[in-house]
Amino acid sequence: MLRLGIRTLLASFIAQLLNGVQYGLLLFLISSGLTLIFGVMGVINLAHGSLFMIGAYLAFAVASMTGSFWLALPAALLGGALFGAVLERVLFRRFRTRAHLDQVLLTFALILLFEEARSALVGNQFHSVPIPAVLDFSVPVVGDFGYSAYRLAVLGICLLVAAGMVWLIERTRIGSAIRAAAENTEMLDLLGFDAGRVHTLVFAGGTALAMLAGALAAPLQSVYPGMGDGFLILSFIVVVIGGLGSVAGAFWAALLVGLIDTLGKAYLPQAAGIAVCGLMAAVLLWRPTGLFGRP
Amino acid sequence: MRHVSRRAMLAGAALTAGLGRPAIAQAAPLKVGMMLPFSGTYAALGENIAAGFELLIAENGGKLGGRTVTLIRLDDESDPSKAPANVNRLTERDSVDVLLGTVHSGVVMALVQAAREKEIPLFIPNAGNVAATRDLCSPHVFRSSFSNWQPAYGMGRALAARGVKKAAWVTWDYAAGKESGEGFRDGLRDGGAEMTHLLTVPFPETNFQPVLAQIGGLGVEAVGSFFAGGGAIQFVKDYAASGLRDKIPLCGSGFLTEGVLKPQGAAAEGIQTALHYGDGLDNPKNTGFRMAFKAKTSRDADVYAVQGYDAGQMLAAGLTATKGDAAAAKALAQAIRAARIDSPRGAFTLSASHNPIQTIWLREAREGQNKVIGIAAKDLADPGTGCKMAGA
Amino acid sequence: MIVASRPGQFMLGGAGLAIASMPLWASAWHMQLASTAMVAALFALSLQVLVGATGLVSLAQAGFFGLGAYTVHLLGSPPVWITLPAAVLAAGVGALLIGPLALRTKGFFFLMTTLAFGQMLFFAFHDTPLGGGTDGLFIVRPPLGFPVPRAARPAVFLLVNLGVLAIVYTGLCWLMGTMLGHALQGIRSNENRMAALGHNVQRLKLIAFVLAGALAGLAGHMSALTDAFVSPELLGWHRSAEALLMILLGGIGALHGPILGAFALTAVQEGGTLLTGRPRLVEGVVFLAAVLFLRQGLAGWRLRARKGVPTSIGDRR
Repeated sequence: MLRLGIRTLLASFIAQLLNGVQYGLLLFLISSGLTLIFGVMGVINLAHGSLFMIGAYLAFAVASMTGSFWLALPAALLGGALFGAVLERVLFRRFRTRAHLDQVLLTFALILLFEEARSALVGNQFHSVPIPAVLDFSVPVVGDFGYSAYRLAVLGICLLVAAGMVWLIERTRIGSAIRAAAENTEMLDLLGFDAGRVHTLVFAGGTALAMLAGALAAPLQSVYPGMGDGFLILSFIVVVIGGLGSVAGAFWAALLVGLIDTLGKAYLPQAAGIAVCGLMAAVLLWRPTGLFGRP
Repeated sequence: MRHVSRRAMLAGAALTAGLGRPAIAQAAPLKVGMMLPFSGTYAALGENIAAGFELLIAENGGKLGGRTVTLIRLDDESDPSKAPANVNRLTERDSVDVLLGTVHSGVVMALVQAAREKEIPLFIPNAGNVAATRDLCSPHVFRSSFSNWQPAYGMGRALAARGVKKAAWVTWDYAAGKESGEGFRDGLRDGGAEMTHLLTVPFPETNFQPVLAQIGGLGVEAVGSFFAGGGAIQFVKDYAASGLRDKIPLCGSGFLTEGVLKPQGAAAEGIQTALHYGDGLDNPKNTGFRMAFKAKTSRDADVYAVQGYDAGQMLAAGLTATKGDAAAAKALAQAIRAARIDSPRGAFTLSASHNPIQTIWLREAREGQNKVIGIAAKDLADPGTGCKMAGA
Repeated sequence: MIVASRPGQFMLGGAGLAIASMPLWASAWHMQLASTAMVAALFALSLQVLVGATGLVSLAQAGFFGLGAYTVHLLGSPPVWITLPAAVLAAGVGALLIGPLALRTKGFFFLMTTLAFGQMLFFAFHDTPLGGGTDGLFIVRPPLGFPVPRAARPAVFLLVNLGVLAIVYTGLCWLMGTMLGHALQGIRSNENRMAALGHNVQRLKLIAFVLAGALAGLAGHMSALTDAFVSPELLGWHRSAEALLMILLGGIGALHGPILGAFALTAVQEGGTLLTGRPRLVEGVVFLAAVLFLRQGLAGWRLRARKGVPTSIGDRR
């Protein structure tokens, strides 16, 4: 009896850990774009959470029209890149040199407008996106305790994206441009890059990642108005803890925040919200530019 | 029945500003302020409540107690922080005679407050906070729906009757969740069983993995829960996906599967819930109501439509007795308390604290419907603890 | 920071008198609307101490507003001469605890740190028994010291709010003319120069942060008094962003900007509900238009030609 109790406790704890990691990796997809956009362009985008929501709605639309969830993922990526490029060209470009206050208000306005557009276009209903049939089973973890295969797949996809980003940023020419731009915008001109193009690329990439995250999350948490709100605050916390402009920082910080949030909700639900904010405050006091930020 | 646009009302309000409420102007139309969610998560509920209420008015030829009814719609956005201002819009700007609202249990408190202070009759067509018919009860406040305690109590009784000894309750950490948890606990206890655990998730979180991972180790025979809307969809799906469903059956307050069976899909199949309404209730009133509602809206009626319709029936009973005077509080309340409301859910009367004494049906989700399979608790009244009805 | 010119002050005074006379000609609803706008103005004015005067953009301001409002509830509504100083004190102490930590950071990091601290306060009232539930709750209004019949309530609260707003505005006008006021404005224009001149910049910023927090607590107290309702939403960062919009709408460079902005935003929201039924859409469009085209706010229309009026603030990285 006692042994059974310990085994269930252990199984439950392992499940919580996996949940935390999977939640953290989803957070990474959102916050890596956010951190690059800020690092390279110096723009604060509060509407990033809305992009997540738009990605989820797009996934719902594509999945229900074509019947295939797998088409929703490239649709979110491509649609996100296109949407991001347009947003950058039309709006964000003008706000690169504006004060933070103006950026905060611009993107707050976008949150309201995106929500209204969503309400007018697709209504306010909750929608559910079914988990793709091939992944709709449980993988045994401890004894007869199982873990959802789709959640494991999400975990894998996020890790692949993270590896891809590291490769892109560390090993390619465009990556070196992005690193240079995060360092100093004038460097781009010295290296012979068109700064405008790099900005469009970064913004499009960040938007695509946020919308991909939304699409991946759609089967996990349903699709509903304001679904990005919780992620927005958490991903900003991730960006700050990790250090502005640092993808590696965003990765580790996202895992940390995902774990603390999930374990907190499981074992101390009343303190979970405060704990994450407290973690960020503590990191800032210890290292005011974040864990991986340049001082 | 007349609909008045906000612009027209503005002009009207400007003209009557400062005149106060006219004495008893039976000839003047009766203004009903419908403060309901017409946008946001609960918009569909608000629309069905409004449609149910309008159906009743239309059946009465657009008049109640001899007065033409004018409906004023106000979207409350289910936002409690805007509620005091929204209620003032109806009571001060539009000078309504009757209030109808709402779904959200935080927003409804602003309406209860106004009804108590300004002595305007209020009909609650959904929000189930127990306080509205317990310590904050008032001769001016009437509920056509339920108290959060009632359906969960029914579910607890039904589980105990089936021989379950230990069960847990999972819900959001907010008033409605906790109140339904108390109902579940009382229902189990009265049937000789026990609620051993109360698990909560911060509202309105839909990441249920942390709490699901604990359930396997609790040693309970059943799990009951209260979630609504997107939370209900996600919880039922996650519960099935976690593999718990075959080991520990999931049941709940009826809202767990109400209006969300389609997105829940196969995950909801076989889940038993308790509520004061359900699919396949076989009585002539229900059949007629469903047909009329379908004809009017081309949607299927649901529990929310019934609650809106019955709020109308209660108001009609009161106004018939006072010949259309909504301000005659004492006579209005007496008439409504004495009335037997012939509801599609089955006839009911109001308790001394103005909450329906109603049968809670046991339902099972089958092929996209919440089929009534029996009675969970017959003619159940909310305890009404702490209700001191002043001046009634 | 521009303090309104003499004709400007006369116009503000005239507007104040017009509001004070509302009980004679306006409906209860319009008086309540004006009360709401004045509470919003008070809140935005508290933030202007940070944004316009000192150049710090904070997203924690709603947290202090909520602290002030919840103080009334937590004290169990004793008379107003207890709740008012208590609310100011509670919010001020909150700001004094958070300020030294938040002020270690600058620019974007300050924005984010204040966001996190503000949300911590939000969660403290949202998730723990302290706040009495996510739905918020109705509170007993603290007695004003004289009986207020229900019918007279809109008029009484209108006048009380107007009085508090007038006192705070006058006080801040005076403050901007003092050494402290000049020092704060010096930080906004050039922090390094102020430090080089031997000013203790950190301490000055903390003074501004605590003063702003305490005033936000006052605004929260007035909101609780006016609405008799508190909810965790009062502490959410959306409220802070709205206050920032009021400042931008009214004019960053002017002390009376937030007052104009608060009335303008209240009118926009009311007009939006009245005419379109989609208030958030209207609000979003106004936000967008303001940030794109109205660089100096409503107060800036007459100031455009003047030199030295800042159009924006917030240090860039």
